[in-house]
Amino acid sequence: MMDSLYIAWKYLTYNKVKTATLVACIVLIAFLPMALELLLDESERQLLSRAVSTPLVVGAKGSALDLVMNTIYFGDEVPEIITMAAAEKIYESDLALPVPLYVRFQARKHPIVGTTLDYFDFRGLTLATGESITMLGDCVLGATAADRLDLNVGESIVSSPENLFDLAGVYPLKMKVVGILDKTHTSDDLAIFVDLKTTYVIQGLVHGHTDLWKVRDPTLILNKDDKNITGSAKVYEYTEITEDNIEEFHYHGDPTAAPITAVIALPFDEKSGTILRGRYLTDEENHQIVKPAEVINTLLASIFRIKNVLDAVIVIVGLGTVIAIILVFALSLRLRQREIVTIFKIGCRQMTIARLIAAEILIIVGFSAIICLVLLAFVNHYDDSLVRTLFIR
Amino acid sequence: MIEINSLEFEYRAGEFHLTMPEFAVEKGEKVAVIGPSGSGKTTLLNLVAGILTPRKGSVAVGNTVVSGLSDQARRDFRITNVGFVFQDFALLDYLNVMDNILHPYRITGALKLTGEIRERAAMLAREMGIGDKLRRQSTDLSHGEKQRAAICRALLPHPRVILADEATGNLDPGNKIRILELLFESVEKHDATLLAVTHDHELLPHFDRVADFQAFQGQAAQGGQAP
Repeated sequence: MMDSLYIAWKYLTYNKVKTATLVACIVLIAFLPMALELLLDESERQLLSRAVSTPLVVGAKGSALDLVMNTIYFGDEVPEIITMAAAEKIYESDLALPVPLYVRFQARKHPIVGTTLDYFDFRGLTLATGESITMLGDCVLGATAADRLDLNVGESIVSSPENLFDLAGVYPLKMKVVGILDKTHTSDDLAIFVDLKTTYVIQGLVHGHTDLWKVRDPTLILNKDDKNITGSAKVYEYTEITEDNIEEFHYHGDPTAAPITAVIALPFDEKSGTILRGRYLTDEENHQIVKPAEVINTLLASIFRIKNVLDAVIVIVGLGTVIAIILVFALSLRLRQREIVTIFKIGCRQMTIARLIAAEILIIVGFSAIICLVLLAFVNHYDDSLVRTLFIR
Repeated sequence: MIEINSLEFEYRAGEFHLTMPEFAVEKGEKVAVIGPSGSGKTTLLNLVAGILTPRKGSVAVGNTVVSGLSDQARRDFRITNVGFVFQDFALLDYLNVMDNILHPYRITGALKLTGEIRERAAMLAREMGIGDKLRRQSTDLSHGEKQRAAICRALLPHPRVILADEATGNLDPGNKIRILELLFESVEKHDATLLAVTHDHELLPHFDRVADFQAFQGQAAQGGQAP
């Protein structure tokens, strides 16, 4: 058999293009459905496990999917903004514990999640190193985020501006890393957690600058009377919160009107949850309450419907490929008739030809299998990121 | 050594038929086979090699009646006892020269490929003047070099019978004699028998005997020719 493999190998390496084409066909047809299956399994696992563990989400009326994806997977699509009044309303209902979330900003392509410490308790997030958020401007990194951003406790990360061309917009905020979370294999691993107020600093709602009452430079003051003072654009706003300047930070406006993207409602019991859901059913209500598991199941049903179509397409394409491969081998045998006749004339047995063809098929299939396994290992290794890119974003 | 008796052979229901009442080649004898194109010279070689089987009569090599063997037995007999130099060289494009020479050893269990065989193949190639081209693809060789590689392949297993179909057809005059001498040397060294088809009448004096096919009844019925 070694001699047959040797001759087959020589034939295949001599006919590189034909061999590469056959290998590519087999790899594609084997890899696609397996990779798809792998990714769908992973997406199902990721999507469902987190959705099931999140009882209720309250957000602006609109796309329930965008709301859930943003709230539990910190997806890029930001739902319509609501206010802290929504969280207050849940708190006052005494039916559930509200955990407000503001997931709008990013730092080096990682979502900045503004929330309260209740979120950490709810998700069971524990610190691997450092400490929890205690001060405005502090941040705690998910394990993967810390790894990818190559950040440790004591170092800093700057928030990314939403729009480069918005000259009047917010300045990037330098946040201090005070802790790194243990790995959870969920979206939390990729997030940068800050206090809600820190996200308002990023947005410019909370800002810090020199006390205008104390400045002497007249060009810094636009307007001044006994009660009010208006600074000019020349007033320098702090882009980093330190112990020295933290006292200068202040919020303009009504705290209940502070923006958030959603509230995770943690009902005290099943009955409370049902009552709470009922309260959002009226037409006058401008918020919606959703059960993430239901939303994700709808999404998964759509994904699996698409998968069924894809499976059918892959089966048809696969059959076509197999027929094409058989045809290639059949034509190849015709083209190699002279060679076969020569081998027969030299005196080889009929089985030898079969053995040579089998060896060629074995090598092609073997190579395809190796490439397929390498690709699958790659997909398996990066399935977390791939699922996020393909299904969550 | 080669003995043909009352042989009758035909291609495709009478399109061509060959009859040979009696033909014999002694052991160690070097016989040239001449005759017009389509007279059945190559057919004769194929019959002796057991590639074709006669309709009637017998073909024997030594004590083996080749025509009486089963298809499988004829293949085994051929690969171990017959060295065939084909008219079209029959080298495989995807193998280098060395692999082409060693090819019979790789396609049968009847011949064992050893280090000694490899050395012998290299030596034979050197003697044929292609020793420096062993790693070259056969497609990179000239016609003459291909022919010499094909001869190396035929001679390597020290066959009892060497059948050469226009073995020197693609060679220049100097090389023709040199290759012929090598074939003769192999025949003498291994006490083999050479049956060589040739159109080159200048070479005939070098052979022990010339078998003229016009003496046989190689006929093309209805204007057909032997393939």
